[in-house]
Amino acid sequence: MDYFAQQLINGLVLGSIYGLIAIGYTMVYGIVGMINFAHGDVFMIGGFIALITFLILISFGLTTIPLILLVVLLVSMAITALYGWTIERIAYRPLRHSFRLAPMLSAIGMSFVLTNYSQVAQGARVKPIPPFITGGYTLHESTDGFVIQLSNIQIMVVVTTIVLLAIFTWLVSRTRLGRDMRACEQDQTMAALLGVDVDRTISMTFVIGAALAAVAGLMYLLYYGLVDFFMGFVAGIKAFTAAVLGGIGSLPGAMLGGLAIGLIETFWSAYFSVEYKDVAAFSILIVVLIFMPTGLLGRPEVEKV
Amino acid sequence: MTAPSTNTAKPATGIPALLKTAFINALIALVLFSLMIGIRTEAGSSGQLTYWTRFGDLASIVAAVFGGSIVIELLRQWIGPTGAEKLVPPAVQSGISFIGRYLAPALLIFTLLVPVIFYNQRYILDLAILVLTYVMLGWGLNVVVGLAGLLDLGYVAFYAVGAYSYGLLATNFGWSFWICLPLAGILAAFWGVLLGFPVLRLRGDYLAIVTLAFGEIIRLVIINWQDLTGGPNGVSGIPRPTFFGIPLDNSDDGLAARLGIEYSPTHRIVFLFYLILALALLTNWATIRLRRLPIGRAWEALREDEVACRALGINTTTTKLTAFATGAMFGGFAGAFFATRQGFISPESFTFQESALVLAIVVLGGMGSQLGVALSALAMIGGFELFRGLEGYRMLVFGMAMVLIMIWRPRGLIGHRAPTVYLTKAKAISSDLVKEGHG
Repeated sequence: MDYFAQQLINGLVLGSIYGLIAIGYTMVYGIVGMINFAHGDVFMIGGFIALITFLILISFGLTTIPLILLVVLLVSMAITALYGWTIERIAYRPLRHSFRLAPMLSAIGMSFVLTNYSQVAQGARVKPIPPFITGGYTLHESTDGFVIQLSNIQIMVVVTTIVLLAIFTWLVSRTRLGRDMRACEQDQTMAALLGVDVDRTISMTFVIGAALAAVAGLMYLLYYGLVDFFMGFVAGIKAFTAAVLGGIGSLPGAMLGGLAIGLIETFWSAYFSVEYKDVAAFSILIVVLIFMPTGLLGRPEVEKV
Repeated sequence: MTAPSTNTAKPATGIPALLKTAFINALIALVLFSLMIGIRTEAGSSGQLTYWTRFGDLASIVAAVFGGSIVIELLRQWIGPTGAEKLVPPAVQSGISFIGRYLAPALLIFTLLVPVIFYNQRYILDLAILVLTYVMLGWGLNVVVGLAGLLDLGYVAFYAVGAYSYGLLATNFGWSFWICLPLAGILAAFWGVLLGFPVLRLRGDYLAIVTLAFGEIIRLVIINWQDLTGGPNGVSGIPRPTFFGIPLDNSDDGLAARLGIEYSPTHRIVFLFYLILALALLTNWATIRLRRLPIGRAWEALREDEVACRALGINTTTTKLTAFATGAMFGGFAGAFFATRQGFISPESFTFQESALVLAIVVLGGMGSQLGVALSALAMIGGFELFRGLEGYRMLVFGMAMVLIMIWRPRGLIGHRAPTVYLTKAKAISSDLVKEGHG
């Protein structure tokens, strides 16, 4: 039971990170109708930028951990958001009215560009950082000595995710930008006729998605203590699985799907085999798409002739 | 559905506007690359991260972006708005058909003569074999992507199935290449059907992601099922192919000894060359024949409009499954050839990058054009060889090329569609006019 509880905590933390990435997939799919294949690599870039900012701040002699974290968060969100904006501008916008497979193929190309760009720019080796946030709480100690730990970093990941999700929900449901986004999702032509700047709205979608991916990258860096240039690929596919599982286009669905994928992966590793945890995640993707293509909270897609 | 675009409405003119655009682009580049290029991190010997600055590189890249955006902007104003002509003009069309009529036979004759011309240049022969392998893979994937319009991102899985089928059967049971070759094809086709069944209802992007997941699952299973596949260490000692039972080595009953000529290791290379050429031509021939059969027509109809297909009574289930199975079978053949040529296979050869490369070959070739696929395989693999020393930059350039091709020529180099059925005279139309449905 204690082992189960510990895995539950670990799974929720991992799921929060996946959920943050999944939001980027689901938003873009909802509005533009394409799978932003490069989104996993945007997450990786976010992790790298966070790592480099950490290094610079520390070498400048900053020691206040909360201040460092805040600066790193803002810098990595800002720069990664610019990456998201540039990617949309260069690789996706010219293809918006091209044939069906073009944006997907362009996105795959962009994913290769980002992966190899960071490999060339920062080297192929794994980059570790020393743990910044240490300590935690012992929730429960059983008689046979098994301890349920809740570390501070785990608390931070979950709290940050909840706060961001709250801000984001407010943004989508209450602001002008959110209204524009929802309008574009329903009907781009009609939205444009009613005075919505469609190009700007789509750009902002990519910017917000990339900023959330940057937060996920920072959380990943803090939680696992390392980044490498190839981490975006698998994380990206898993987050996409989460978005599909939750129902693509649905924001609460993305978070729910992220948590589900995190929990499934953690429990699979804990009770079955670590080697096949990725196989489990990919199999879930296939099974969900076959038996439940609309996901948990998605709307059925109407076939237009 | 076309939404009005605010950006294309008014092109920037004049030198101040030009400089302003270039300046903004350079500024964006500065922010983008400031940390990733300006700072280089590396883990030291004790695991401690260190960093050093590379502001010189950063400055040159920003300057390149500044200059590049001026050049691009000038070119854009010089060439004018794109998308003006949609129909292929008659002169160009007749030119294309003239070249098309003679280019393919000329290429074929040249390919047949390659081992004669370059007999003493082992490097060129090896490269030619590699190119032909990718031509074959491209033609195989062309059945699925180009003809049936099903975007398959996990094609390398079938390549892997073929390679491991031959590798394992040959090393464990000592079966010969010529028995294993059809078996590898059949097994791969079986896996193709296995993948095809669940994804029948999926379309477009979803299909692509599921095939990608399928390819990754096959690779992960190969890595982790160590008892059978040797895991990351792979399968080694795979026997070389024989000339229908006669070994191509320096022994007494080898081919050279039987023919009474002096043995040379090049014989085997030349044999491998003609073997893959024959396999590739088989793929091509089968595809051309299949296109004229009802099943091939059903594939192309499926690519254009699935709903209309169903309305016309085409069984989309069998159509999709046969497309997957046929494409997978050719992938399996190519895999068996790969295994016998290398003598060693490991999961590293079957990554997603391989799938993307084959897909890029098909897309660049113009999806459905056999000649285009062959030419783009030559261009891609040749291009890869040029960047051989620059391992990281190679994939970087490849990715950029993929994006640029999609922007510049989304229909590939040879992007016209030659109809298989026509009344009096075949008339190729620009594929820009072809609207693809869902698939």
